[in-house]
Amino acid sequence: MSSSMTAEPRLAQTSPSGIDVPVRVGSDAVRADAIGEPGAYPFTRGIFEDGFRGRLWTIRQYSGFGTAEESNERYRFLLDRGQTGLSVALDLPTQCGLDPNEDMARPEVGKVGVSLSTLAEAEILFKGIDLGKISTSFTINGTAAIVYAMYLAVADKQGVPRSKLTGTIQNDILKEYVARGTWIFPVRPSMRLIADSILYSNTETPRFNPISIAGAHVRDAGATAVEEMAYTLANGLAYVDELLRRGGDVEKFAKRLSFFFYVHMDFFEEVCKFRAARRIWARLMKERYGVVDLKAQHFRFGVVCGGSSLVAPQPYNNVVRVAVETMAAVLGGAQSIFTCALDEAYQIPTEFSAELAVRTQQIIAYESGIGRTVDPLGGSYFVEQHTDQIEAAVLKVMREIDDYGGVEKAIEDGWIQMRLAERALQRKLNIDSGETVVVGQNHFRNPDEVCTPGEVFRLDPAAAGRVIDRHQQVLQTRQQSEVDRALKRLGAAASQDKENLLPYLVECCHTYATVGEMVASLRAQWGEFQEPVRL
Amino acid sequence: MKIAEKTESSSRAESSLRGRRILVAKPGLDGHDIGAKIIALALRNAGAEVIYTGLRKSAQYIARVAIDEGVDAVGLSILSGSHCELVTQVVERLQEAGAGDIQVFVGGTIPEADHAQLQAMGVRGIYTSDMPLERVVRSLAQALN
Repeated sequence: MSSSMTAEPRLAQTSPSGIDVPVRVGSDAVRADAIGEPGAYPFTRGIFEDGFRGRLWTIRQYSGFGTAEESNERYRFLLDRGQTGLSVALDLPTQCGLDPNEDMARPEVGKVGVSLSTLAEAEILFKGIDLGKISTSFTINGTAAIVYAMYLAVADKQGVPRSKLTGTIQNDILKEYVARGTWIFPVRPSMRLIADSILYSNTETPRFNPISIAGAHVRDAGATAVEEMAYTLANGLAYVDELLRRGGDVEKFAKRLSFFFYVHMDFFEEVCKFRAARRIWARLMKERYGVVDLKAQHFRFGVVCGGSSLVAPQPYNNVVRVAVETMAAVLGGAQSIFTCALDEAYQIPTEFSAELAVRTQQIIAYESGIGRTVDPLGGSYFVEQHTDQIEAAVLKVMREIDDYGGVEKAIEDGWIQMRLAERALQRKLNIDSGETVVVGQNHFRNPDEVCTPGEVFRLDPAAAGRVIDRHQQVLQTRQQSEVDRALKRLGAAASQDKENLLPYLVECCHTYATVGEMVASLRAQWGEFQEPVRL
Repeated sequence: MKIAEKTESSSRAESSLRGRRILVAKPGLDGHDIGAKIIALALRNAGAEVIYTGLRKSAQYIARVAIDEGVDAVGLSILSGSHCELVTQVVERLQEAGAGDIQVFVGGTIPEADHAQLQAMGVRGIYTSDMPLERVVRSLAQALN
């Protein structure tokens, strides 16, 4: 044990979000009027009255690396093992709007995801996968509208009607400025691009989720569960307001808003976080925006289990952590679940660890029986009281953001970023001191342990070269005059605030214009976000 | 304030970075900056003057800032798996500019298999997220003092 370790392992009296948790809760803690029934307003107990009996959550594993061929192979492997939806991880050049042959891009090609620089890559990535039958989620933000346009273009090529497409693009730029860092344009034009894609998707791909407002990254960076939810709901309201300014119909677009969160280890905090969020969102939709349609009041969300709650020492412990977190996600009523692999803290998962992560969900789904009855924890004195406590704490943080002047201002000033950095330092110091117990890392460590998850995945070092070669080939074989014309039309449309850019982006994709070219054309009109560097 | 006091009290004489200037930098495209910010705050609390670059900086930019600001050390934070390529670039740019004496440290998701290669490039310390901050600060102080 290190010399700085002073705290003995013990059961904390407060939740990780700092809420006092009593040792006993009495029957007087339950306020039946605030709870309601499953499938009924305010949806504390779930958005569907039949829970998972109607439809199991989607088993959706974030995956992608190297070339389109390698990722296609991994997708088929995961589908073969019983995954029920695709989740595409894209490499950093694609996420930041650079082509693979650019200087800043080269070292990062194919590293944290697959390169998708032109339609040619998308055609290979989805080869043999029927986009009319499988839903695809893209963790993409700065270039989300472009990747969505590319998905439409590849569906066109496959002959799949756009109306049949299901899936999600993350498309949540606000949290990128705070925690994930793949912003490109300033806040205002970025918000426009998001509104464009949502409004276009509502009519063109009505079964597709054109945004997944995400707290996960802020959480993994250090925010508490309460802050994760508060920042995300505040961002959600900013998107609603933007869509209303653009003349959108809230009864329509609100049905296709979705959310995304981390599930970490504090079991009841996670369950209650989701119960509280469903209620807060439904009330906001109804009371602030006058939404009548129940489906437009629904708070639908996916989760990821693992992330920074997984650690490198004794990596097999991570399997247990992910199982506990997945149970919290199920009892919280998640619509889709991604379970991280045990070697998350080391590298991209091997086929072995990726399969084990899928199996974890299947065991919980089909053996444990916890999804059989909707919201089985509803009515528990403690769970209902803790849901109330989290609701109050989330609303308090949302008010603080409002008092500061709203999320856009708080982000542009770097205020939320600074709060997050301070919180992250606190979390780190709590782990360092042993106050926050991490089994196998800061307590109960095996001094003789050789720290290894066994086999570690290694990327093929030649993959990036193959990506760059094919990219150059595409540049040489496409009809350059068509590309130039499409890019020019895109640039002209971008200079007109009222024009929806999606049709122009789809047109560009069909000509094999590159992601980097489309971004350059928009950047010429809008400039770049200036990061506020405050410590 | 509470945070500052906490690290201050745990830092002992041999962990002092008083009078040292350190550049914390994010090379490449990786957007995970919280580790870099935590380290920057911890180094500052240990007495160092810390400059943080912000995201997505080229090796040329990082080397130029390091030289212009007269820093003693550069800490590179990389979680995207591109550490070998990016560290090579920064070390080369520093050497080309005659600033090979500026010490380079690396933090992030750095597999053990790559440590020897990084050390051979001259990297003085490699830090991962499960390491206590106090140990990171002490290690830097020992290298710089």
